[in-house]
Amino acid sequence: MVGIIGYGSYIPKFRIKAEQIAHQWGKDAVAIKRGLMLQEKSVPGLDEDTITISVAAAKKALKRCNIDPQEIGALYIGSESHPYAVKPSGTVVGEALGIVPDFHTADLEFACKAGSEGMFIAQALVKAGEVKYAMAIGADTSQGAPADALEFSASAGGSAFIFGEENILAELLFTHSYTTDTPDFWRREGAFYPHHGGRFTGEPAYFKHVQGAAKAILKKSGYKPFDFKYAIFHMPNGKFPLTVGKKLGFTDEQMKPGWVVNLMGNTYSGSSPTGLSATLDVAKPGDLIFMVSFGSGAGSDAFIFKATGKITDVQNKAEKVREMLADDPIYLDYGQYAKFREKIIMNE
Amino acid sequence: MPSPRYRREMPQRYRLEAGKCKGCGKIFFPPRLICNKCGSEDFEQVVLPENGKIVTFTIIRVAPAQFEAEVPYAIAIVELENGVRITTQVVDCDTEKLEIGNEVKLVFRKVQEEGKTGIILYGYKAVLA
Repeated sequence: MVGIIGYGSYIPKFRIKAEQIAHQWGKDAVAIKRGLMLQEKSVPGLDEDTITISVAAAKKALKRCNIDPQEIGALYIGSESHPYAVKPSGTVVGEALGIVPDFHTADLEFACKAGSEGMFIAQALVKAGEVKYAMAIGADTSQGAPADALEFSASAGGSAFIFGEENILAELLFTHSYTTDTPDFWRREGAFYPHHGGRFTGEPAYFKHVQGAAKAILKKSGYKPFDFKYAIFHMPNGKFPLTVGKKLGFTDEQMKPGWVVNLMGNTYSGSSPTGLSATLDVAKPGDLIFMVSFGSGAGSDAFIFKATGKITDVQNKAEKVREMLADDPIYLDYGQYAKFREKIIMNE
Repeated sequence: MPSPRYRREMPQRYRLEAGKCKGCGKIFFPPRLICNKCGSEDFEQVVLPENGKIVTFTIIRVAPAQFEAEVPYAIAIVELENGVRITTQVVDCDTEKLEIGNEVKLVFRKVQEEGKTGIILYGYKAVLA
């Protein structure tokens, strides 16, 4: 039996409200908040990046399981904003957590699903008996071009999961991955901001792949949507996950605990993993949890977890996602936000 | 900072590893080779606690070039739970509201970059607990 033995998330302290961004670009904040269902988003501090966010999330995951970091045999970090183009984030994170030197690490990239890619690989290595424990992290400090719709959603944060075979909090019952070549969103080497295909990011991309993975794993498992206590879908905005969930037969009640996008924004590789983390924060023993990520390009990873009797023992051992979202955020105006996100050209 | 020195200091900067004198028990951070209290050269490695209190602090308003974007920022002496005092930046806070005695915890952050193409240097900073 393989499953999650520790989990943790980190969301930066800084936020910007949708009204600030709308005001800057002369857009209708009310219409955007209604359409995208986003109120505010997290913003990384000047001294935060994918590596620091990964370390913060991973430390919380370690707090929830009493293991020696030296026994972690594999570490995967999924992100589209690794600080180095060449030098893995995993090397720094592994050093900071005390995992080095006997471990395997790799940085992964698959737009918004790089975190779940890491989860997919980590659990498989444990299941194969290659490593005792494996850690997967999805973290990002994502960038949306100024005045683009993405600017309202692209945010920062991340979540970490440790997989093992003993003291499991949430057993991993089934997985499925669904991938095609779909050019809905991309960023070329050296480009600062990504490009996207506007409405093309909807039906042929997000909805096709999320539904493809979801239907396949439901068929594989034999479960029906009503069997699940909770469901998490990747959150590029507030509307897409609730819409795709309803199309598949899930209810708002199942989705709302993991639907954190309205207050956090889209943390890209950390999006659905943080939704899962927020769900694990409230899950009870025996609860079935359904999760489907989505990464542009495009693909989806689907997971079915079952919470065990140990879940309630560890929920309070580290700060919960909803606690971080409510913990006295520092709000930025657009000028401060532009500085924090290095959108201002400075004199060298 | 040259890369070899940065690499050498990672245990203390990344993981708060200190040296505890086996002779008299004094903890040194960063670690030393000889105890200045009892002269012992025998140390064991200990990890410092992440929580502490601000003993004193100052606000930097005119910063060195690589920290100009961060002004105003606070530099504090923090006494950790085991009595060890360290000097560190305090971030994610309104510096005007900072007070002596504030409880803080140490976090892993980016400290500086060696320009836009150089290495990124990470280490500990404090945030309000």
